Amino acid sequence: MSDHIEGANAHPEIPAKTFAWVWICLVLITGIEVYLAYIELEPTLMLGILLGLSLIKAALIMAWFMHLKYEKRSLTLAIVPSILFCIGMMTVYILWDAVRLARMRAL
Amino acid sequence: MHDVNPEALSSPWSGGALPFATGSKKLGMWLFIASDTLTFTALLVAYTYSRLSNPDWPRPFPFSPSILYSTVMTIVLLASSLTMVMGVRAGARGDRRAVVKWIMATMLGGLLFVGLHMREWLHLIDEGLRPGSNPWGGSPLFGAVFFGITGLHMTHVLIGVIYLGIIAIGTGRGKFTAEDIEVSGLYWHFVDLVWMFVFPLVYLMSVQYTK
Repeated sequence: MSDHIEGANAHPEIPAKTFAWVWICLVLITGIEVYLAYIELEPTLMLGILLGLSLIKAALIMAWFMHLKYEKRSLTLAIVPSILFCIGMMTVYILWDAVRLARMRAL
Repeated sequence: MHDVNPEALSSPWSGGALPFATGSKKLGMWLFIASDTLTFTALLVAYTYSRLSNPDWPRPFPFSPSILYSTVMTIVLLASSLTMVMGVRAGARGDRRAVVKWIMATMLGGLLFVGLHMREWLHLIDEGLRPGSNPWGGSPLFGAVFFGITGLHMTHVLIGVIYLGIIAIGTGRGKFTAEDIEVSGLYWHFVDLVWMFVFPLVYLMSVQYTK
């Protein structure tokens, strides 16, 4: 019993292969991002694509690595929408003006 | 035991002990992560505004060494998240020795990340980058946001390494529960998650094009 940990077996075992696949996806998306950085896109478009890919990575990490997929749905609903709302509020304050100024420079 | 109305326990929304069916430590860590997410979001949103609205934002990162190293750092941090997941799994199985082994691997990944990052910092400081000025011309804000954002992230990584060290030692002595290990994993994955935004926004938006 010396190797026993209290509270073990709280979750059903998720196969290690699942996590390895999530990791491979994360590395592949990172590779795509690095490639994109070198195909001289307009900064606002590049920012949009990079942030989109990063959000996918964040979702993969939260769902599998952070086990959110296997928790009670109410935990996800309590945490994720409120964060997204606050991020949206912060973005609204800068987005259009930042895009306007970036486009002004491009002219 | 206290005298608890069994109805309350069966219905989480009527004030049951575990409204989200998680322990209070895990819920606490999730709430910390939510607030820390907003701290980093505020920094990254402010940075993004400066980046897009300054016509002369510097692009100081050549492919080698800066982008190459930061890509390797990203993969190292992702790999350390994978070893952390394996540690949490071992914890759920109750395999103490495996937990310590996987957490040590995770700490090694974290230290490698900090080592590579410090090398990058020293290289840029050598070139003359300071919080209020940069040697390449253009917006002087570059140094402030670079050191500010990556520095705060690196602080999180270092705190994570110390946190995991405490968890590893404690688990080796049989002090911590499977939940404690899982909660430390949540923190570590969050540090990884933040880097997934810092890397494209700070590094990839400022690559040096070779003309």
